[in-house]
Amino acid sequence: MNNNPQLNKNGELQHLLTTEGLPGPILLNILDTAESFVGVTERDVKKVPLLRGKSIFNLFFEPSTRTRTTFEIAAKRLSADVVNLNIAASSQSKGETLLDTVNNLSAMHADMFVVRHSQSGTAHLIARHVRAEIHIINAGDGRHAHPTQGLLDMFTIRHYKRDFHNLRVAIVGDILHSRVARSQIHALTTLGVPEVRVIAPKTLLPAKVERLGVHVYHDMAQGLKDVDVLLMLRLQNERMLSARLPSAEEYFKYYGLTQEKLALARPDAIVLHPGPMNRGVEIDSAVADGKQSVILPQVTFGIAVRMAVMSILAGN
Amino acid sequence: MQLPDAEQLLADLTGKIRPDVAANTALVGIYTGGVWLAERLHQDLELSLPLGTLDVSFYRDDFGQIGLHPQVKPSDIPFEVEGSHIILVDDVLYTGRTIRAAINELFDYGRPASIRLAALVDRGDRELPITAQYVGTILSLPSDKMLALEKGLGGKLSLSLYNKSLRDNE
Repeated sequence: MNNNPQLNKNGELQHLLTTEGLPGPILLNILDTAESFVGVTERDVKKVPLLRGKSIFNLFFEPSTRTRTTFEIAAKRLSADVVNLNIAASSQSKGETLLDTVNNLSAMHADMFVVRHSQSGTAHLIARHVRAEIHIINAGDGRHAHPTQGLLDMFTIRHYKRDFHNLRVAIVGDILHSRVARSQIHALTTLGVPEVRVIAPKTLLPAKVERLGVHVYHDMAQGLKDVDVLLMLRLQNERMLSARLPSAEEYFKYYGLTQEKLALARPDAIVLHPGPMNRGVEIDSAVADGKQSVILPQVTFGIAVRMAVMSILAGN
Repeated sequence: MQLPDAEQLLADLTGKIRPDVAANTALVGIYTGGVWLAERLHQDLELSLPLGTLDVSFYRDDFGQIGLHPQVKPSDIPFEVEGSHIILVDDVLYTGRTIRAAINELFDYGRPASIRLAALVDRGDRELPITAQYVGTILSLPSDKMLALEKGLGGKLSLSLYNKSLRDNE
């Protein structure tokens, strides 16, 4: 028996809620399966019949165009039927509870829910509540987790660096509020990256972040030295108002990734960003559009990774 | 039970295909055993079009029962399917379901001029109206047995028989 709510009694992936606590072989199986889907997405017919007849509901309680679209494309390329629910404009505004919404959709014979919510733990709550044959994918819950983003970053890193076991990886920016950073850290350490660094001002780091197995830097010049992979985070505008930072200009001066700062990392270092980017805040346009940027390949790989997760879950 | 020599069967199969080879003949092997055979055929028949490989996992009809096969390999069709004459290669032809999946997958790459099928062993008991144009040999086997092609040291191919309860049917 295991107590991991993501695994079924055979130890297979039942839901994808977080990268935390997922065994390495399961993470690698997702990356390997995604490798096969990359080929599918490059054909004229970018579709396989695998999930024909399955119904996938995108439940987005928080606005998101990009992530919702990538899940929608992934589901459609697996031949599933996709329903997008913009919850802000639906029954929730009439007072229906979250679980009532889920119950109603389950009664319509949903096979899978893709859930995004501003509250940490929402996907877990739904996963505990639904019938065993329904699968949940967490598409971002509060500050907690965004596992498919973390996995597509791992896929991108492996694509360019081949192996995780000799890498220095730096995560730069607002670690405190970032579900992406948490998903990256857990996946990187599970996959055997020997050195994971976080670089941020003290006000944007969670307390005791070292306990996650990362090295903490407050200074880009030290933190970027000899780094192979830079994972940039989006600085959300609302953070600026919360007095954690003096101004966007000030942040860019110390933590914005410019060509000069990038030159401190290894010459073959790659730069990732989950999007959408704030050019001139966390990243300079010259870097975002530069030859070390793999930000657009990340988007392409994201489809294949989400196809892999959906097809593995649906088959378990 | 004495199984035939896979190397001898492959030599026979090569001889049967050779007269039909033309400039626009393309070979596509089905993972895993079919790819091993197709690699050898591709070399021996000196084909000019590059070798294709298919993993039919995304097209199988048993996904609902057994889920996704672990270790799916990427399919790779490095030639123009439109108008090509394709020979599909598999190690064991049995129910025909794998071949059905492979044909469906090929059509998602384009519209071939023709598809023929080469199998090292035809063990009968088809569940679909599918037949092979080139066959190494015909074997009748009990339904609880699974016949598998294996690759040994130096690339030598051999056939092995398993009880189905011990291994999933490929």
